[in-house]
Amino acid sequence: MEETRTTFEIPVGPVHPALKENIRFTFRVEGERILGVDVKPGFVHRGIEYMGMRRNLIQVLYLSERICGICSISHPIVLVQAVEQAAGIEVPPRAQYIRVIVSELERLHSHLLWAGVAAHELGFDTLLHLSWKVREAVMDILEELTGNRVDYAIPIYGGVRRDISPEQMPKVSEMIRYYRGLFEELSDTFLRDPSVEARTRNVGVLEPEEAHELLAVGPTARASGLRKDVRQDWPYLVYGDMDVRALTPEDHGLEVRGDVFDKIVVRLLEVAQSLDLIERCMEEMPDGEITSFPKLPALLAHLKKAEGEGIGRHEAPRGEVIHYVRLEAGQEGPSVWKVKAPTYSNLMPWVPMFEDQEIADIPIIAASIDPCMCCMDRVHVVRSGRPEEWTKQELLRRSWEKTRRLCG
Amino acid sequence: MSLSAFKRALWVFHVPTGSCNGCDIEIVAALTPRYDVERFGIMLVGTPRHADVLLVTGTVTRPMAERLRRIYEQTPDPKAVVVVGGCGSTSGVFYESYNVAGPVDEIIPVDVYVPGCPVRPEAIIDGVVKAVAKLERPVAKERT
Repeated sequence: MEETRTTFEIPVGPVHPALKENIRFTFRVEGERILGVDVKPGFVHRGIEYMGMRRNLIQVLYLSERICGICSISHPIVLVQAVEQAAGIEVPPRAQYIRVIVSELERLHSHLLWAGVAAHELGFDTLLHLSWKVREAVMDILEELTGNRVDYAIPIYGGVRRDISPEQMPKVSEMIRYYRGLFEELSDTFLRDPSVEARTRNVGVLEPEEAHELLAVGPTARASGLRKDVRQDWPYLVYGDMDVRALTPEDHGLEVRGDVFDKIVVRLLEVAQSLDLIERCMEEMPDGEITSFPKLPALLAHLKKAEGEGIGRHEAPRGEVIHYVRLEAGQEGPSVWKVKAPTYSNLMPWVPMFEDQEIADIPIIAASIDPCMCCMDRVHVVRSGRPEEWTKQELLRRSWEKTRRLCG
Repeated sequence: MSLSAFKRALWVFHVPTGSCNGCDIEIVAALTPRYDVERFGIMLVGTPRHADVLLVTGTVTRPMAERLRRIYEQTPDPKAVVVVGGCGSTSGVFYESYNVAGPVDEIIPVDVYVPGCPVRPEAIIDGVVKAVAKLERPVAKERT
């Protein structure tokens, strides 16, 4: 009973200034020390998969883009891969290069965005404004190439919707030069600033074994020293020709500690990597068609006849995204559509990261995995209009029941 | 409306209610150097109790509906509600879902709608400026 007097529970969220999105943490604290954390997601669940299974595949494509506004090319890219696999559609090489260019531009803007948010969580607002100021350069290029700052609507089944014209090429090269010129300044501010180091070194540590066991993905896993990257491990599009390597802090000559500082290092290294990839794609991009189905009615007719299943995977800025799609002949929409977003895998690593930390470090540790709730909230049970939760026992019971039912 | 219409600093509180992050990042973009709304005294605050304007993004999911209502009640009068984005204004692409309670105006009264998917930072600024006009109106009436 002694413990009840000294330990308290602090609820954070679902609407809280330290969080950009809706999620609820319940921290058990003793003084300033965090003893444990409970995470309750599900506030941003909109039932996208359910809606998608009632629409035609072209509508699903634009719906998938609205799973997340920051990864607004990652989800469509994975969905088209899954559908192309299911329906046996070939993608022209030029379209593959354009998909890679836009997804690397997205990684660039996402990592700069994260750098700003992380600086803000540390109370270093000058750095927030610097990061977001330089981020506008890549936003301009995205708008130039796709027509929109966010939600680009570039991939379509069998190719892409817009070509990159020769007049646009020099603008992209200029952006690459701009960022390369800035890189030294940015990495200097983030990695050699004593206040950033004091707030992030040995804070929110994720040991490599924990990252491995809890299936962390993306920069969260790589900051703990796991060389894990879909672009390297399961090359798709033209990534196989690009020799992409998963980057860890070791590539910056640092010892891997798995703390928030390492996560900054990894994301900065990936900014440089993305710049190289974009440059290489621009050089090597062949001429030719950008889609194998220039006419939409022909595409819809082909998709309606298609039958099969497909899995798409992509290394989004936050980690691995997987979509599973099953198509049935005569049906316009997918009969099954399942989405697994990176933040879903990165939720459990939060538990060891928060353990034994201070309350003041909650915002930066929460931000360090670059959480994206709107991607992640995929399951929610609603019965008679009231949302409820399912416990593990309840799910287990249902699973047993199903086995019994199937075995008669 | 001219710059002199800004008679006081306007504090805004951002409420995500099920948005896809697209509008949310554009709100932050509006606050940072390129668009820099802080020069007009528009500032993002950490609690609805300090806010004049609520910026609501996203279609309202069932768990968030009650919370949105509470946030609206916590905001002191006079207040204005600006819905940022197409899905908050009309539910947009999120129709026929079991977990969507509806567009924002079915939950709380709305003053300004900013359509777009996602909205551009310029449009957000325009929406907030329209909200200023609404907040200033009763004051102007008192003076005459």
